[in-house]
Amino acid sequence: MKTYGPIIRKKDLTLLQKSYIPEILKGLRMTIGQMFKPTFTSQFPEERFKPEPSFRGRPVLVTEQGVERCVACGLCARVCPSLAIEVQAGETELMKERYPVKFEINMLRCIFCGFCEEVCPEEAIIMSNDYLLVFSSQEEALFGKERLLKSTEELKERLEFLRNHR
Amino acid sequence: MDLISLIILLAKILIIMFGVLVLGAAMAVLAERRVSAFIQERLGPNRVGPGGIIQPFADVVKLVMKEDIVPVQANRFIHDMAPIISISVALSTFAIIPFGNSIELFGRQIKLIIADVDIGILYLLALTSIGVYGVSLAGWSSNNKYSLLGGLRSSAQLISYELSMGLSLIGVLMISSTLRLDRIVLLQTEYFWGIIPKWNIFLQPLGFITFVIAAFAETNRLPFDLPEAEPELVGGYHTEYTGMKFGLFFLAEYANVIASSAVTVTLFLGGWHLPYVDQLGISPFILSLLQILTFLVKVILLVLFFIVVRWTIPRFRYDQLMHIGWKVMLPVAIANFLITGLIMLFR
Repeated sequence: MKTYGPIIRKKDLTLLQKSYIPEILKGLRMTIGQMFKPTFTSQFPEERFKPEPSFRGRPVLVTEQGVERCVACGLCARVCPSLAIEVQAGETELMKERYPVKFEINMLRCIFCGFCEEVCPEEAIIMSNDYLLVFSSQEEALFGKERLLKSTEELKERLEFLRNHR
Repeated sequence: MDLISLIILLAKILIIMFGVLVLGAAMAVLAERRVSAFIQERLGPNRVGPGGIIQPFADVVKLVMKEDIVPVQANRFIHDMAPIISISVALSTFAIIPFGNSIELFGRQIKLIIADVDIGILYLLALTSIGVYGVSLAGWSSNNKYSLLGGLRSSAQLISYELSMGLSLIGVLMISSTLRLDRIVLLQTEYFWGIIPKWNIFLQPLGFITFVIAAFAETNRLPFDLPEAEPELVGGYHTEYTGMKFGLFFLAEYANVIASSAVTVTLFLGGWHLPYVDQLGISPFILSLLQILTFLVKVILLVLFFIVVRWTIPRFRYDQLMHIGWKVMLPVAIANFLITGLIMLFR
């Protein structure tokens, strides 16, 4: 690591430096040059930010051919640090034998930590790239199963990312 | 004074007040916000109207609708008076500024200056010293320690810088030997050796620099904005002001910036003089319109300079402010007029 000595403040400035004027002109050149650089602002409602696959948006349930992968093991509800997930299991005739009768995420409690996604043995709950969450009441913020389902095609990028990086 | 000249005078006053307050100050506020945004690689307000043109008017509507809060222990009368003093002083400055030579309309020769007085510059200096009252009374009447400190700082700062401002003007007065601003501009329309325009900036470079620095201090703009230093004094003298009373202080600040720019242009940058064009033989009416336009462009450029400087230079410490005011600016201004006097004596 590079070490720095004590800060030495130069006292013997020339008259021109003491007058500040060349230094002020340097500063002005910089700010005026800055004015013509491109801006970083995106005009929000018209221009939407497209998150990378590593982005943790709202959690969703993955569906394959219209059926959710979830087997209602309850691990996500167990690991959730803010107790936002509620799962009730039921039996089904399909291969997976169990399915969630009720799967509810309280989006006011969710902190987007991604623990549910990490703990899920079926890769059934993952974080999507959806970040626009607006509610006008407490009830609206309770996302039931029908609002959480998303098909594998919609979540392709995230699923691919999870496979490559886990 | 006959009726027609009275109507002309009223028309001039209305046009200037409308131009300065509505277009000038409002557009300066918008320019400040957008230029600062561009400097910081943002966009700034651009939603209300094309390019955000109507934004300042939306702000005014918002300010007018707001509740007017007066602190319990405040002196109500003085609290109401302070913003009125500020804005009226800022606007009265424009009375003596020649924004063009003269224009011929309906067969009458109209001088493009509201008050054609003999004591132009003295009036200006008198007004800037009254301007201190707006700020210091606002600080005093709010009954708030931050406001009071802001007001005190402002009075100390303005008194210190008024000296060097007045002294840097003396050089201009000596070479033009008149206090009338329209005469001073007319003297600047000549040329050195027929090429370089005889603007006072070339005759008085030191005076120009000290005057501009003092103008920054007089308008409480950034390198000298200690009266409203946000990190230390909340809002300074206008901490306790809400709604349109705050808006008046805000408009007064920008009206002051425009006024200082206009005065600087008039005294040092040739006023409405557009070099070389007056020799081309254009018809006098178009020439006077061109001169008004020249004056406006010069003022706008100087206002933009004020804005860019605000976003470039950090604030002085109070001891640095006083050091520069008394130990640097004052001697330089005195040296400037002494040198001017010696040159005039031995030439």
